[in-house]
Amino acid sequence: MPSIRFRLNGVDTEIDADPDTSLLTILRGKLGMTGSHFGCGAGECGACNVIVGDHAVTACDTPLWSVADKEVTTIEGLGDAQKPHPLQRAFIAEQALQCGYCVSGILMSAAALLKQNPDPTAADVKTALDRNLCRCGSHNRMVRAILRAAAEMRAP
Amino acid sequence: MTAQAPSPAAPKLPPSLAANPKLSSWIRFTPDGHVAVSPGKVEIGQGIVTALAQIAADELDVDIARVQMVRASTAGSPNEGVTSGSLSVQQSGRAMRQACAEIRQIFLSVAAERLGVESGVLDIADGTISGPGNVSTSYWELAGEVSLDRDATPGALAKSSSQRKLAGNSVQRLDIPDKVFAHARFIHDTALPGLLHGRVLRSELSHAALLELKDDGARKVDGLVAIVRDGNFAGVVSETEAGAELALAALRKSAKWSPRETLPDEDGLAEWLKRQPAELAVIASKKASSPPAKTRTIRRQYTRPYIAHGSIAPSCAMAQWSEDRVRVWTHSQGVYLLRADLALVLKIPLEHITVEHMEGAGCYGHNAADDVALDAVLLAKVASGRPVRVQWSRADEMSHAPFGAAMTIEIEADLDAKGEIADWRHSIWGNGHTARPGRAELPALLAATELAKPFPRAIATNPPQANGGGADRNSVPLYDFPSWQIESHRLTTMPIRTSALRTLGAQGNVFAIESFLDELAAERGEDPLQFRLRHLSDQRAQDVIRAVARRAGWKPAKRDGIGYGLGFARYKNTGAYCAVIAEVEGAEDISVKRLTIAVDVGEAINPDGVINQIEGGAIQATSWVLKERVRFDAARITSNSWTEYPILRFSEVPEVHVEVISRPEIEPVGAGEAAHGPVTAAITNAVFDALGVRLRNLPITRERLIAAMELSS
Repeated sequence: MPSIRFRLNGVDTEIDADPDTSLLTILRGKLGMTGSHFGCGAGECGACNVIVGDHAVTACDTPLWSVADKEVTTIEGLGDAQKPHPLQRAFIAEQALQCGYCVSGILMSAAALLKQNPDPTAADVKTALDRNLCRCGSHNRMVRAILRAAAEMRAP
Repeated sequence: MTAQAPSPAAPKLPPSLAANPKLSSWIRFTPDGHVAVSPGKVEIGQGIVTALAQIAADELDVDIARVQMVRASTAGSPNEGVTSGSLSVQQSGRAMRQACAEIRQIFLSVAAERLGVESGVLDIADGTISGPGNVSTSYWELAGEVSLDRDATPGALAKSSSQRKLAGNSVQRLDIPDKVFAHARFIHDTALPGLLHGRVLRSELSHAALLELKDDGARKVDGLVAIVRDGNFAGVVSETEAGAELALAALRKSAKWSPRETLPDEDGLAEWLKRQPAELAVIASKKASSPPAKTRTIRRQYTRPYIAHGSIAPSCAMAQWSEDRVRVWTHSQGVYLLRADLALVLKIPLEHITVEHMEGAGCYGHNAADDVALDAVLLAKVASGRPVRVQWSRADEMSHAPFGAAMTIEIEADLDAKGEIADWRHSIWGNGHTARPGRAELPALLAATELAKPFPRAIATNPPQANGGGADRNSVPLYDFPSWQIESHRLTTMPIRTSALRTLGAQGNVFAIESFLDELAAERGEDPLQFRLRHLSDQRAQDVIRAVARRAGWKPAKRDGIGYGLGFARYKNTGAYCAVIAEVEGAEDISVKRLTIAVDVGEAINPDGVINQIEGGAIQATSWVLKERVRFDAARITSNSWTEYPILRFSEVPEVHVEVISRPEIEPVGAGEAAHGPVTAAITNAVFDALGVRLRNLPITRERLIAAMELSS
């Protein structure tokens, strides 16, 4: 098995696996990082979104070889209860979910958006999340939470 | 003759507590200073766990941070049936409040004895019981000498609404931090020691027979533990999830299937439903004392398609055998009901099966959660005592799980000389709206029908009217018409599998009633809001309609391409009142811009939770109305991906404004299903307002809109 190196949440990582294996399989399987969720396996729902470089991608149809030498950030690298990312704080403040299964993917899409556009409009947020599905209907709360986090991150 | 004064009714326990009277099954004080609260209802993303924690903390006078919510399990939780029908606050909440009120009383009297004071002078603050002269003890100090292994007795008085500190406040949901920090809370993310992974092979054909299967390809896959075949049921067990997927793919390549079911013609579905063998039920019949003379009759037909639950997570379960006993982890909505069906299939005693709940994604009704539990149990038989986790594929989730039933609804009204409604007739055709496990003599689980010795497929039925009905839910008008006849035809064949989807038949019936009323108001040239108010004597109904009218500025001035529509219902005619005004925009493509909603759920335990449920229901209903329709050909469900079964996206979501009418003195009811029917009707009525065409068949896609406009021009 070839070995593939990348940086995962700031840590050098080396994986021996078939290079065509999906990134999600590696994350949830070998690495035991289950924050990125399986939803469809076809890149259609965004529940497995992670950030590669500066862009949110669906990990379920991202082959391992394509992240070689890249920076990969997952929900586990976004923040934790001790050091929450402003997005995570804002999602709690706005109570921006119901079941929450789609949320880790949505947080990663939002984090990628804020990297590229620190001052988005509501329409920008909706465009950035348009490939993420939410079935509970928490969309408006999520948009509010993301705008709230953006404002907090811009504040001096 | 002496009249005897009626004796006051003896106090009764709430039904859920009467059925599960042992106090210790609801509440335990743990040695580490917590309160373990154990409801029989489960979290499905609706926030019930938080609402119940609020109720318990309030009644016991403990800080909510001390409350630890216990997941439902057949090992000891109260048996509260299924978490459905927007009944959890009503059933579990009332039981919890009553149990806690009695427990509080018991501890107060023991504390009084211990402290040598009257219990009336004692006070409880965060679990510390104290009285005059600095005497004090606590629940935890006394827990050793107070046994709660006793049955609840009627009569303990719960606090009045003004004495409650937490209920009525928007306490933050207890489960949300775990979910934004991606702590392993979902069953999908839970790793048990020694966990194996299973997959089940299912044909894309409906109800297919497995003619041939070769296992040599699957045997070559690294980590394979076993291949299972029992009739038409086949699956693999592997050391890894990736290995299970590869083995399944190999197995699939070798499989030959034959179809055993012909599905109806999708385009003629409404008429097909009316032609099928069916069981007729008269739901309601009201005769006028002096029937007004009719001068004409108007008849309209409304339809809705099969609708998928479309959970974002594919269904998942884990099972582990230990000799002749099995332990099951599931996101089923009813752990005891699932256990009953597992016992039927496995032919083992109930007490040999333990079913524990773990959270899954939102399910919105009876999806494949129970089916996958049996899959896991069957595959785990070959795992030598190791636990096996099974997860369905997206395609299986969208094609083999039950759907919400398609409905054809015909309403006919006789009008008198003044155009007033003289008689109202409502007829429904469709499959039953529930085939949940644990309620019949036969199991309702998919794999049970696939085994070499198969159980027959369960035909969906309708819950009794006392429980809100199924196909007939919300079919009896809340309006004061002089007479009516309501009938429901339940199909006795079921080529497309149906079971409970959020609101059961209510969405279809409210769509039909509220659309038809709008048509009648338009015929008369009367404002549809005034028309409704004129026929409603229920004050709470009037109040939500007036509230939403005020909030939306009914009726805004006419603008090109913009329309406004109204929808109203009281869910199940006994639950939450909800009125909606929709604003839509468009010509060939309809977009819903804004939904303004007023809701009355009685006492709102957690007002933000109520708003969250109403917003979510409104957005989901918008998705149903604009987009959703299960697609099929003669042999298979074809809408088995998100591309083939699109749902509403962020850019398409309307603004939603919710006003909660607070009535803390009235028993609380659930909010999760109140909005779907009214939103559906409000949108289609708004389309009529904008474009002058009536869309009577859901969903209102571009093609249907164009066809309707051509027809009307």
